[in-house]
Amino acid sequence: MNDSVTKTLGVAFVICLVCSLVVSFAAVNLRDLQKENATNNQSIKILQAAKIYDSSVDVKIQFSKLEMKYVDFNSGKILDSYENFVIEDYDQLKSTRNPNLSTSLSASEDIAIIKNRENVGKFFIVRNEDSSIDKLILPIRGYGLWGTLYGYMAIEEDFNTVAGLEFYDHKETPGLGAEVDNPKWKAMWPGKKIYENDEVKLAVMKGKVETDDANIDYKVDGLSGATLTSRGVTNMISYWFGESGYAKLFKELSYES
Amino acid sequence: MSLKKYKEVIFKPLIEENPITLQILGICSALAVTNNLSVTMVMCIALTTVVSFSNLFISLIRNYIPSSIRIIVQMTIIASLVIVVDELLKAYSYETSKKLSVFVGLIITNCIVMGRAEAFAMKEKPLLSFFDGLGNGLGYSIILIGVATIRELFGSGTLFGYEILPLVSNGGWYMGNNLLLLPPSSFIIIGLFIWAIRAYRPAQVEEDDFTVSKHSTAPDLTKRELNV
Repeated sequence: MNDSVTKTLGVAFVICLVCSLVVSFAAVNLRDLQKENATNNQSIKILQAAKIYDSSVDVKIQFSKLEMKYVDFNSGKILDSYENFVIEDYDQLKSTRNPNLSTSLSASEDIAIIKNRENVGKFFIVRNEDSSIDKLILPIRGYGLWGTLYGYMAIEEDFNTVAGLEFYDHKETPGLGAEVDNPKWKAMWPGKKIYENDEVKLAVMKGKVETDDANIDYKVDGLSGATLTSRGVTNMISYWFGESGYAKLFKELSYES
Repeated sequence: MSLKKYKEVIFKPLIEENPITLQILGICSALAVTNNLSVTMVMCIALTTVVSFSNLFISLIRNYIPSSIRIIVQMTIIASLVIVVDELLKAYSYETSKKLSVFVGLIITNCIVMGRAEAFAMKEKPLLSFFDGLGNGLGYSIILIGVATIRELFGSGTLFGYEILPLVSNGGWYMGNNLLLLPPSSFIIIGLFIWAIRAYRPAQVEEDDFTVSKHSTAPDLTKRELNV
């Protein structure tokens, strides 16, 4: 009989065993490939932020040309090593969860609503052939409407001109806030200026920017129907390019060169 | 088993007994993943694979499944298949799997899969069940691809991401229909499909559950008298 207690338990056990074996076999066998996909995807976003991604060349080769450095946000100093971390694997978002490696921001400081800021971040340098700095690719993040937007902003060697912006993770509304991924909107960023007299002035406006606007270099068209996402992007830039973000790093790099 | 029967289980669900337009099953994913043809195709392949193999495996062990835990056993098999498909997508089609996000996982709750397992695979032989799953998966795919073609072409002016109708915002002449980019538009398109199929095959038209009474503007005297 199929319906006896032993048979029921037996069938349930066998089915569970077989199914769990199949599922774990698939998960374990495909893990490496999935991990590689995820890292490659991230690398592509980093390269795309600096507008140097070439889809005909292997991502890993292109990515290996970037120089990775640590930056101490408290002093702006560039570090070659940090604790026992390997720079390739260092995840600054993980550090924000460790109170020893991060600083909790006060409400007045925390304009981008990131709550905890890692003490040390990681950024990328694109160098010219004569080894002078061509571009910097800097991770930025901040709260939009539904959640935190994570991305990279690339800037030119004057530490003032934007070279590109790319988001790799966000939860904004498709068709509205998610238009931060729209290539046409992203194409407005290169060439914009960040600072005026050492103050962050670059901002996403509400609506379209007039072409005869005197401050057109500091203004980007707003995303229609996504005021809060646009404001989030503005705050993100004010925070990350301000004193507690990368401003100190830029000073440090200017002395060097 | 005769060849005729195999043909029947594969071709009947395409139009005649289509799981979406006749049985109105699996609507959730039909609404959610149809604004882009390439994503839709991957979803269709994923669902067809799951429904075919779940039918096959369930049919293989149908004589050993105790009826008291029947549904749980079916769900376990379906869920395992869905997880495997999801893992495969993440490994081999990362971009699309990111776009499909949660909807691959939601195949588990797709009524077509469960419906075929319960209605067909529990009674019929394994190979026939497999083809029944395949047929139903294809029936689902036909409708989804139809909806996605309309939505992508008239919503964003592209097919498989290639520009067909140049949009005004990209310097062309076509003003994209934004409603088609939002999920509710699939409701309308599927409704039109159902209408077309039922006009062509009146046998699918269901009997009315109730009749609507005749409209009349004459005052209801009986009620007025009661109120007095």
